[in-house]
Amino acid sequence: MLALRGIEKSYPLAGGSLPVLKGIDLNIVQGEMVAIMGSSGSGKSTLLNVLGLLDGFDSGGYDLDGVDMAGLSEKQAARYRSQFLGFVFQSFNLISFKTALENVALPLFYQKVPRRERQKRAMEMLGKMGMDDRADHLPSELSGGQKQRVAIARALITSPRVILADEPTGALDSTTSSEVMEVLREVNASGITVIIVTHEADIAAQCDRTIRLHDGVIIEDGKSGEVVEPTARGARSQD
Amino acid sequence: MMGLDRDRLVELVQVVVRNPLRAFLSALGVGWGLFMIIITVGAARGLENGVKADMGNDVSNSMFAWTMSTSLPYKGYQRGRYVEMDIDDVRWIQANTQHLDLVCPEVQLGGYRGTNNVTRGKQSGAFDVHGAIAEYPQVKPMNITEGRFLNEGDLAGERKVCVIGSRVKDILFEMGEEPLGETVQIQGVIFRVVGVYTPKGNDEDAQNEAESIYIPFSTFSKAFNTRGRVGWLSMLIRDGVDAEEAEEATKQLIKARLSIHPDDPRAIGAWSMAEEFQKAELLFSGMRLISLLFGSLALLAGVIGITNIMLISIKERTKELGIRRSLGATPVRILQQIIGETLFLTLLAGLCGLVLGVGLLEAVDGFIEDGVDAGVFRHPEIDFGTIMTVLCILLGMSIFAGVLPALRALAIKPVEALRSEG
Repeated sequence: MLALRGIEKSYPLAGGSLPVLKGIDLNIVQGEMVAIMGSSGSGKSTLLNVLGLLDGFDSGGYDLDGVDMAGLSEKQAARYRSQFLGFVFQSFNLISFKTALENVALPLFYQKVPRRERQKRAMEMLGKMGMDDRADHLPSELSGGQKQRVAIARALITSPRVILADEPTGALDSTTSSEVMEVLREVNASGITVIIVTHEADIAAQCDRTIRLHDGVIIEDGKSGEVVEPTARGARSQD
Repeated sequence: MMGLDRDRLVELVQVVVRNPLRAFLSALGVGWGLFMIIITVGAARGLENGVKADMGNDVSNSMFAWTMSTSLPYKGYQRGRYVEMDIDDVRWIQANTQHLDLVCPEVQLGGYRGTNNVTRGKQSGAFDVHGAIAEYPQVKPMNITEGRFLNEGDLAGERKVCVIGSRVKDILFEMGEEPLGETVQIQGVIFRVVGVYTPKGNDEDAQNEAESIYIPFSTFSKAFNTRGRVGWLSMLIRDGVDAEEAEEATKQLIKARLSIHPDDPRAIGAWSMAEEFQKAELLFSGMRLISLLFGSLALLAGVIGITNIMLISIKERTKELGIRRSLGATPVRILQQIIGETLFLTLLAGLCGLVLGVGLLEAVDGFIEDGVDAGVFRHPEIDFGTIMTVLCILLGMSIFAGVLPALRALAIKPVEALRSEG
């Protein structure tokens, strides 16, 4: 489904450049639930952006569903994002002046789905998230957990093959976090690949596979339970 | 896919509603600009209407010609000869012209600030006394308030009758006195009043006109011993004939009749209303153009204000635009959105300015109609064509206003947008 080969990326800085990804090789197959762990600055968010076609890369190769993503135009990138990918963000990234329903329907708007059908599908999706009674609420009238459910509904509305979640529980308390993780697990159970960027070990533990990133390289990759002493390693690298 | 479906409309309205004060302030500039265009163009039109209404007292196809001294020798005559026309020449011109419908001979006694030449009992006054023919009012329209104008019988019978202007009546007659049938003495010759007129219009010319007296040309010739001499010709150009062409042809006709060199530039003077109209028309279209131009510049200032506010708005909405990009919005959709928002704001503001401007013009118009003296200013208005032109200018400027913000929005990479706070 997703294949990265030797991805390198650096950000230009005054007087040089800062390498962020230093050769990432990664294969993720359809239906996996993967956690990408790492301390801040390890390159995990950049990796997610590259996977999500939100950002380009300097060298290496990226195949999405068997198609090479190198040198994509903005328009093509937008199309692939719209067809294959759904995003969930730490800060929810709901559009503040649109209701929950409008937010969920927005991706369909960009897919040129007729209005009536957009409304119907968005309402169904909110229903699946248990949020149909909040359809007309603005994001500011929703709790953190509710916002994230709306955001997940929005990510799922286009029936994507992959959900990319950037610290989806980062802004939530532990109870709400586990509710959101439950939702993501259900999403994964329906056959959708879920990739979660997190620095919380217990979130990673709820995934099938954990990839640990440090200084722009993958230092560990294995079944979530088998990745060594996440707490200890995580604590040290945070220093 | 530029179609305006309901969601797009909702999005546009949301832009305005989200920050109403800012939308209002930025729209103010454009509204004001359009308002200025409407007001200045309308006012220019009001002035034009006023001037044309005054000119309208004169018949638009009228033309006048008179003789002066020659400046070239011809057929044995020396240069500097003072040429005169008489009534036979007029009949010949009338018979030989292809450009004129009517040729009225006219001759005048006394004149501007002349001596007191007209008396009635103890009253006297200095008035222009014209010898004219029955068709004269066709060239110089007048309102006959009492009695009639001169007729064919007066001319054929060389009757000593006269038609007097309203000012003449005021000066020679007592208040409430009936002038018809009464007599006045013009240079000692007694004339019976058969009509009173008021000139059309109220400019200086018309004031002067009200102090004139018309008597039959034939009577004039005999009574004052002018032997058929003609002072000048008042003519009507035939319908569909170009004024300039008619003027030149008529001059040549007179020159041929009076043995004047065809190239003599001075001997015959002529003046035609149509040419004056054309000059005025040129002046007014110039005024219209200038008011449109300066109005458009005011509008441009407003539009730049909109561009500015859109740029700020894009900066603030970096994150929102990033979210939209991550949800699959193509650059084209973002472009459409930003240009759409700019258009919406600009056109909305423009329409407000338009409605207010037209409203004010109508109000002023109503005010003037109610009898308020506005001098030479009459019926300010703006025609549909001009409004359409203005709207096209507005539309063009709005698109222009939207381009820069839209390009700025496109330059935002989704990932940068998502990273930005707020």
